[in-house]
Amino acid sequence: MSIEETENEIVEEFELFTDWMEKYEHIIEIGNSVPKIDEKYKDEAHEIKGCQSKVWLHSELKDGKIIYSADSDAIITKGLVGLVIRVFSDHTPEEIINADINFIDKIGLHEHLSPTRSNGLTAMIKQIKFDALALRTIGN
Amino acid sequence: MDIVAKIVTKELDVETIRKDFPILQTTVHGKALVYFDNAATSQKPLVIINAIEKYYKETNSNVHRGIHYLSNKATNEFEASRKTIAAHLNASHEEIIFTRGTTEAINLVAFSFGEAFVKSGDEIIISHLEHHSNIVPWQMLCERKGAALKVIPITKEGELKMEEFKKLLSDKTKLVAVNHVSNTLGTVNPVEEIIELAHSKNIPVLLDGAQAVPHMKVDVKKLDVDFYSFSGHKLFGPTGIGVLYGKSKWLNQMPPYQGGGEMIKEVTFEKTTYNDAPLRFEAGTPNIEASIVLAKAIDYVNRIGLDVIAKHEHDLLLYTTERLEKIEGLKIIGTAPHKTAVVSFVVEGIHPSDIGILLDKQGIAVRTGHHCTQPLIDFYKIPGTVRASFAFYNTFEEIDIFVKALNKAISMLK
Ligand SMILES: Cc1ncc(COP(=O)(O)O)c(C=O)c1O
Repeated sequence: MSIEETENEIVEEFELFTDWMEKYEHIIEIGNSVPKIDEKYKDEAHEIKGCQSKVWLHSELKDGKIIYSADSDAIITKGLVGLVIRVFSDHTPEEIINADINFIDKIGLHEHLSPTRSNGLTAMIKQIKFDALALRTIGN
Repeated sequence: MDIVAKIVTKELDVETIRKDFPILQTTVHGKALVYFDNAATSQKPLVIINAIEKYYKETNSNVHRGIHYLSNKATNEFEASRKTIAAHLNASHEEIIFTRGTTEAINLVAFSFGEAFVKSGDEIIISHLEHHSNIVPWQMLCERKGAALKVIPITKEGELKMEEFKKLLSDKTKLVAVNHVSNTLGTVNPVEEIIELAHSKNIPVLLDGAQAVPHMKVDVKKLDVDFYSFSGHKLFGPTGIGVLYGKSKWLNQMPPYQGGGEMIKEVTFEKTTYNDAPLRFEAGTPNIEASIVLAKAIDYVNRIGLDVIAKHEHDLLLYTTERLEKIEGLKIIGTAPHKTAVVSFVVEGIHPSDIGILLDKQGIAVRTGHHCTQPLIDFYKIPGTVRASFAFYNTFEEIDIFVKALNKAISMLK
């Protein structure tokens, strides 16, 4: 599935929910099923700064595609990072770097994008793209 | 009932008072707003909103420099406000300096008092309970002067260890700076005792009153405090305005904080002479509108009565504490016997930010995180707290809504 297709799939999924609490219930579910990061990567180097909760992200290249895994000490943050990972994971660095995602806006979670927001989705997306840039260099 | 009895038993008519605050009538995410983030900033009554508009429609002009009608009007209102503030704190008007807020007031003292009185090897005492704005300015001063910062430790209930404080006071101590009330825990510090102990060694005391002035009567003369600061926006007034009270005996020995217009007597390229306090510390065009309107906020709380406010808020505190203590896994952080209406808590196994997000979606505004008191949060070895902080316009029904929403959030997050 392309990045855009996954985005559309998520948007459709969220259309089922009529109120905020249901949406967040779903985010919490996603949080509980995020591809688990290896405990050894939960260190300073993998921590995404600028979030009220702690977030760790690990990226690795497999057959030319990046596989992301993550964790957070806050479950909603983990759900949000889970959504982002679902969109980006298993794509080439090139695809990730060039992706212009907009599903967050579409599912009404844009408030989490504000730069000072405690669970900084912006910081996560930046890190995901940054890792892709770094891995592209290695891949080449 | 006779009039005296009525005054004695005066109860707060919260339903009527709420009509003064348009924002309390709004809905968020389709739910009626429950605003429990008053320690961060308070909401504004119509008298304040209208006074801001009136200032720009009828008064706007620069102060202290005009020969024309409006400038005199603005100056008169500006100085009248200073007098209202002075009367409220039982100070004299030359001891009242307008600042941007508590933060600027503390920075002003850290700079100007520091320049005059602090040298290498000296010590400044703060506490483990402080807001960053009563930590960082002192660290900067210590760095500048080669002085050292000493910290009064606290108990797990969130009270200052007064025996340790006594041991910290020494010949090297130049100033004690503590908050009157803790913004994260609500602890009311034993400020009378702190001042008495410090003064017995001739050491001046600064009190950060940001969280005290909106909730209790403060009398700087009775306290005999040397410096006292607060912010207008937490007192139902505008943002961008605050107050530093300083005893004249200190202010007149302190050099200016910033240079510019207003703060001078005479300027030549060779030498400038400075104005006396308070103008010496008010360089540049001040926030005239907010300075004037701040007096209206003080009049407003005085019309309701700070004693009546304190009683209602205390009832809210007791009710919330009682209801929250029944929730399994919930732990209240800050359990001093003497507290203002602030309830900080954590729930076992749940991150505070998750609770904050789910409360928000149910219309409830609380703050989560470290509340600008990182050393204090580290002391408890927690990632932060959820903090509900009340004002006189909050109701018991709102607390019921909050507790129900909190239970729902916890059930989703467990
Ligand atoms: C205890 C305390 N001190 C200082 C401040 C800083 O006040 P301001 O940001 O209005 O300058 C606050 C406000 O959060 C506070 O609660």
